[in-house]
Amino acid sequence: MTLILAALVVWAIGWGLNIWISHQKPGRWQSIVSAIIFGITLVIMWELIVRGSGISPVILPPPSMIINAFATSTDILAADFIQTFMKGVLTGYAMGCAAAFLTALAIDRSDFLKRGLLPIGNFVAALPIIGMAPILVMWFGFDWHSKAAVVVIMIFFPILINTVQGLDAADKMQKDLMRTYAASYWQSLFKLRLPAAAPFIFNGLKIASTLALIGAIVAEFFGSPIVGMGFRISTGAGRLELDLVWAEIVVAAVAGSAFYGIVALIERKATFWHPSQRK
Amino acid sequence: MDVSQLLFGVIVSTVLLISSLIIAAFAVLWLSGTGYLGVKVLAAAVLGVLIFSGVNAFLVKSWTWWKESKIRPLPDKKLFSFVAILYVVTVIFALWYAFAIVLNKNWAYDKATRGGYELSFSELVADTWSQKKPRLPTPDQVAGEIWKSTGTAAAKKWERTEGDPFLERISEVLGDKRNLIRHAWLTLSATMLGFVFGTGLGILLAVGIVHNRAMDNSVMPWVITSQTIPILALAPMIIVVLNAVGLSGLIPKAVISAYLSFFPVVVGMVKGLRSPDSMQLDQMRTWFASKAQIFWKLRLPASVPYLFTSLKIGVAASLVGAIVGELTISQDGGLGARMLQGNYYGATLIIWAALIVAAALAAVLVSSVGLAERVTKKRMGFVQ
Amino acid sequence: MDDIVIKAENLCLTFETNDGPVHALKDVDLTIDKGEFVSFIGPSGCGKTTFLRVLADLETPTGGTVCVNGMTPREARRKRAYGFVFQAAGLYPWRTISGNIKLPLEIMGIPRAEQKQLVEEVLDLVHLSGFENKFPWQLSGGMQQRASIARALAFHADILLMDEPFGALDEIVRDHLNEQLLELWAKTNKTIGFVTHSIPEAVYLSTKIVVMSPRPGRVTEVIESTLPKERPLDIRESPEFLDLAHRVREGLRAGHEDDA
Repeated sequence: MTLILAALVVWAIGWGLNIWISHQKPGRWQSIVSAIIFGITLVIMWELIVRGSGISPVILPPPSMIINAFATSTDILAADFIQTFMKGVLTGYAMGCAAAFLTALAIDRSDFLKRGLLPIGNFVAALPIIGMAPILVMWFGFDWHSKAAVVVIMIFFPILINTVQGLDAADKMQKDLMRTYAASYWQSLFKLRLPAAAPFIFNGLKIASTLALIGAIVAEFFGSPIVGMGFRISTGAGRLELDLVWAEIVVAAVAGSAFYGIVALIERKATFWHPSQRK
Repeated sequence: MDVSQLLFGVIVSTVLLISSLIIAAFAVLWLSGTGYLGVKVLAAAVLGVLIFSGVNAFLVKSWTWWKESKIRPLPDKKLFSFVAILYVVTVIFALWYAFAIVLNKNWAYDKATRGGYELSFSELVADTWSQKKPRLPTPDQVAGEIWKSTGTAAAKKWERTEGDPFLERISEVLGDKRNLIRHAWLTLSATMLGFVFGTGLGILLAVGIVHNRAMDNSVMPWVITSQTIPILALAPMIIVVLNAVGLSGLIPKAVISAYLSFFPVVVGMVKGLRSPDSMQLDQMRTWFASKAQIFWKLRLPASVPYLFTSLKIGVAASLVGAIVGELTISQDGGLGARMLQGNYYGATLIIWAALIVAAALAAVLVSSVGLAERVTKKRMGFVQ
Repeated sequence: MDDIVIKAENLCLTFETNDGPVHALKDVDLTIDKGEFVSFIGPSGCGKTTFLRVLADLETPTGGTVCVNGMTPREARRKRAYGFVFQAAGLYPWRTISGNIKLPLEIMGIPRAEQKQLVEEVLDLVHLSGFENKFPWQLSGGMQQRASIARALAFHADILLMDEPFGALDEIVRDHLNEQLLELWAKTNKTIGFVTHSIPEAVYLSTKIVVMSPRPGRVTEVIESTLPKERPLDIRESPEFLDLAHRVREGLRAGHEDDA
C-alpha cells in the first residue's frame, strides 16, 4: 500500500515538475527534459506499483527485473541483434532500396508505366504485406535470408512510390530551364531531378527503416533458427520469460529509433537546403 | 472525362480482351493436336492476355500520338490511366503464371523421375499449374481454394446439418471452423473494435496535447518516438499477459489493434488541430472567442483532412495488428491463425487464400475510410 | 473633442529578441476622431501593423497608454468594439459565405433569426447578395476579401481595423474595392484604421494619413486630407491629389533620411 502511495507521490512530483517547466520560457531543451522526466516517472511508478500491488512479476516484470535480465543475458541479446538486425534487416534494406530505386528510375521514363504502377503501388502499400512472411519463409528457408526477403517486399513499394513522386517534384520552370540548356536526360536527372527528389526519397527511406525492423521481427514469428529477436519474443512470451522479452523489446526499440535517427541524420546532411530542414 | 468515355474504354478493353482470348484459344488448339484440356485453356488464357496487352499498348501509343498530333484540348488522362493500370495488372498475372512454372518445376521433375517418365513442355506446364502443395500456386488455384473454403464449405455444412432447425443450421454454417468467412469475420471484428477504441483514445490524447503545454512537452516526444520503433513486437507478450489474467479471444487482439492505430491518430490529430494559422487564431481573438469556441468552430473542422489521412493508416495498422495477434493465439482462429496453420502443414494454398482474403479486407477497410473521407469533405466543402 | 475614438499616448512596444531589443513602436501619440478614415503608411518594419494589433489587443504595449472608445484595448475587444480585416481573406473553406459571416455572430451568441438578417444586410453592403451559399473557393480573390469585410462589419462594431486588406490583389480589383470601401464608409459612418503601403491608396481613401518610419517605429508626420468626401476615381488625376501624394512621399523620404 505504501508503495502505491509512493507511486502516486512520484507521479504528482513528476507532473508538477513538468507543469513548472511548461511555465518557463520556451527553450530548446524544455521538451526533451520534460519528456525524460515523464519517462522516468512512468518507470518508477511501474516499479513501485508492481511491487506494491502484488501483480505477479511473471506477468508484468518490474523495470529492475528487466534491467537484470538485460545484464545477465547480454550475449543472447547481442546474438539476436546480429541475427535479426545486422543480417536480416540491413541486407534486406539495402536490397529493397536498391531494387525500388532502380525500378523507379526505369519506369520514370514511361508515363504509361507510371500511370499503371503508381495506383497499384499505393494499393499494395495499404495491404498487410507482412502476411507474405510464411510464404517467404518456405521459399528462402528459416535463416536470415527469408527475413531479408520479407524486408525487401515490405519496403519496395513505399520507396518506389516516393521516388517516382520525387522525380516529378522539380518544378516546371526549372525543367524548362534545363531544356533551354539542351541538357541530356542524364544531365537533367543528376543535376536537377535527383536532388529535387531527395526529400521524397528520404521520406521513403525513413518509412522503410521502421517497416524493415517490423518485417524482420514478425517474419521470425513464422519460423527461424533458435536465435533472433522475433524468435526470442515469441518463444519468451510462450515460456513466460517476460523479463527477457521486455529486454528484447528495449533492444528493438533502441535499434529502431537509432536506425531511423541515422537515416534522418543523413537526410539532414544531404537535403540541408530543403525548407523542412532549415532552421 | 465523363462517364460515357470511361464506359467506352471499358467496353473497348473488354471486347479486346475477349477477342484476344478467342484468337489465343484457336491458336493453341491448332498448335497442339492432343493433350490435357486444362493446359490448353490456361495456355490460351496466358497467350490471350499477352496478345491483349500487346494490342492494348499499341492502341494506346497510336491513340496518344493521334491525340497529340492535332491541336486538341487535354488528352484524356483517365482513360489513359485506366488502360495503363489494366496493362500492368495483366502483366503481373502473366508473370505470376510464369513464376509458377519456374518455382514449381523442380517438384514436377522429381515426380517424373520417380515415376520414370518424361515430361513434355505442355505436361510440365500442366503439372506446375495444378500441384497440391505448390511453392507458388497460380491465381486460379488460389481463387479455387478461396471458393472451396467459403462457398463449398458452407454448402457442405448446410447439407450435413440436414434435419436441424433452420436458424440453428445457419448459425452452424456461420460458425464452421473450416470456413474462411468465419476466420475473416473474427479478424475483422477484432480490427474494428481495436480501431474504434484506438482512434477514440488517440483523438482525446491529441486534444489534451494541443491544449496543455505540459502534456505537449512530456508526452508528444514519446508518441513521435513510437513511430520509429517496432511496437508490433509487443504483440505476443500482450496476448500472453492478457491470457494470463483471464482475457482471451477478441479482447487481446483488439488491444493490439487499438495501440497500433492509436499512435498514427495522435500524430495526425495534433497536426490537424494545430493546422489553423496564426491569422485565423488572431481573428478568433478579435471576436473574444472562448477556448471551447475556438476548438469547435476552428480547430476541429480544420483537423478533418488530417484525421482521415491518419485513419487510413490506422485502419491498415489495426488489421496487421489483429493478424499478428492471431499468430500467437491461433487456437481462436482468424486469418493469422489460418496462415500459421498453412505454415505448419506446408499447405501453401491455405496461406495464399488467407493472404488474399486479408488483402481484400484491407482494401475494403481502407477504401471505406476513403469513401467516408470523400463524402465528409464534400459535405464540408473542402472539395468541389 | 468629446468624440475621440482612439487615443494613444507615448505608446511603446519593444520585442526582446536574441539580437537585442527591437523597438516596434516608440513614443507614438495619436488621436482618431469618430468617423475618420485613417491610413497608416510606411516601409515594412515601421510598426504600422503592430500599432493596429495593439489597438486590437493582439499585442500588449510595453509602455504608454492607449484608449479605444474610452476603454482599454482588452475591454474594447471584450465588448467587440471593432471588426478586424486581415491581409488574407481567411475564410473557412468548410463554411459557405453566409456561414463564414455568421461565424463571429455565433461566437457572440446572437440569436439565429437576427444572424440571418445581419448576414443579408452586410452581404448587400458589400454587393455579394446571391452568393450566400457559395463556398469561398468558388469566389474570386476580390470577392473573398469583400466577404471578409462583410464578416468584420456583421456585428455592427463602429470601428473597422484593416491590415493591408487589398495587398494581395491586383491593381484593377484593388481600385474597384477602394471605391466600394469609400461608398461603404459613407453609408455606415464607421471609424476606419487602414494599413497600406500604397501611396495612391492612402491618399485616395483617407481623411488623415499617418506616415511612419522604422527602427524605431514611430509617427513622423500626420497629414490631414484636403480632398472632399465625395471622391470619384478620377480625383486621382487632380492637382490636389497629386500634391497630397507628393507630401506623403516627402514624409516617407524624411523618415528614411532620419533613419540613415
